[in-house]
Amino acid sequence: MTMIRVENLKKSFGKLEVLKDISTVIEEKEVVCVIGPSGSGKSTFLRCLNRLEDITGGHVYIEGVDITEPKNDINKIRQDVGMVFQQFNLFPHKSVLENVTLAPMKLKKNDKKAITEKAYELLDKVGLREKANVYPGQLSGGQKQRVAIARALAMDPKIMLFDEPTSALDPEMVGDVLDVMKQLAVEGMTMVVVTHEMGFAREVGDRVMFIDGGYIVEENVPSELFGNPQHERTKSFLSKVL
Amino acid sequence: MDTIRNAFPYLMEGLQVTLYIFVIAIILGFLIGLLVALLRLAPIKILNWIAKIFVDAIRGTPFIVQLFFIYFGLNSLQIFSMDNTTAGIVTVAINAGAYFSEIIRAGIQSIDKGQTEAARSLGLNATQNMRFIVLPQAFRRMLPTITNQAIISLKDTSLLSVIGIADLTQEGRIQASATFDAFNVYLIVGVIYFVVIYLLSLLASFVERKFVLR
Repeated sequence: MTMIRVENLKKSFGKLEVLKDISTVIEEKEVVCVIGPSGSGKSTFLRCLNRLEDITGGHVYIEGVDITEPKNDINKIRQDVGMVFQQFNLFPHKSVLENVTLAPMKLKKNDKKAITEKAYELLDKVGLREKANVYPGQLSGGQKQRVAIARALAMDPKIMLFDEPTSALDPEMVGDVLDVMKQLAVEGMTMVVVTHEMGFAREVGDRVMFIDGGYIVEENVPSELFGNPQHERTKSFLSKVL
Repeated sequence: MDTIRNAFPYLMEGLQVTLYIFVIAIILGFLIGLLVALLRLAPIKILNWIAKIFVDAIRGTPFIVQLFFIYFGLNSLQIFSMDNTTAGIVTVAINAGAYFSEIIRAGIQSIDKGQTEAARSLGLNATQNMRFIVLPQAFRRMLPTITNQAIISLKDTSLLSVIGIADLTQEGRIQASATFDAFNVYLIVGVIYFVVIYLLSLLASFVERKFVLR
């Protein structure tokens, strides 16, 4: 089943055209890693998938629903699309548990007890149950990011978007976060991951997408894209990062 | 001492009027401020302009002129009639509202955009984001400035004596003439204002400590 279909996506900030023409299809349970130089538009691409950026042209379909169509309820669609940010963006005025339960409490019809139980399960999953009543300010970066993942999962999303989830972390924290993401991939979550972690892309990705200059230059299974890149730009980028 | 004994009960009655007007006006003022701040930040140009014109008009004119305009000016149109207490409350509320709106706007804008993005990505709509994520954080940051404005508004209520409201200042004036002891009466009036304002700032710092950002 197709989870995400992108057709001729364009995105401009004023006169600056960041995404020029992007089309792709992401299937259920697929893990797609998006790589590319900074400023290439990869984060913008990701942010268009839940319309955190207004889309300038083209179409994005999430589970068949066109999110560029204003009459479709974007808030409803976003409930199915979790997002994890580079800067975590935890709510500092809420405890870890409240961070995880806030959205389902406001948006889901489940009873409070079930939501809280689910939140504890998710905190278990990311290894932070004992931090439930702590505030985000007291957590390390890696812990914050794992809470952010739990928070996104609390809405039972069908798709998870990761925007450079480990780029703001101290090196020794990166592993914990990647482990949680690997676990999610194994469980069959559909994931789009903008990342600089080539090891993760190679190991966990079903497909790697190389974006540069507002286009998808090349996309392929990791072994092919890393082992046998077809385009000069891909080659030169990989030679710098690998 | 006689002055104090004679004047004090009247001054206390005046204080009641002052506090009554202050409490109602500051609550109304806060609601006006919140509304105007949201208009100012709304994604609709015309609303931004209305809010900006309101704030500029209030900030650019003296309080006493606003008071006279609302009490004498509006009443002279003879569309409705407003007693002096109502006019006083309305003036203080509108005046404080304009200043509150700027404080609230700055507070809202000081919250990192990532907070809104996280909330919206979870499926919260713009209103829920404002209510549960942005405003609670913004208010904590605004509290000291809001307290400051509340104190200024409390002191502004003393100007209401000029339209005959029997507030603390007005009672002071009456007692000063009645007792022929202006020195002591106004000294006491000053001390009463000081104590009230001091208690107000104590309350504010208590609330601040209670809600300090973790």
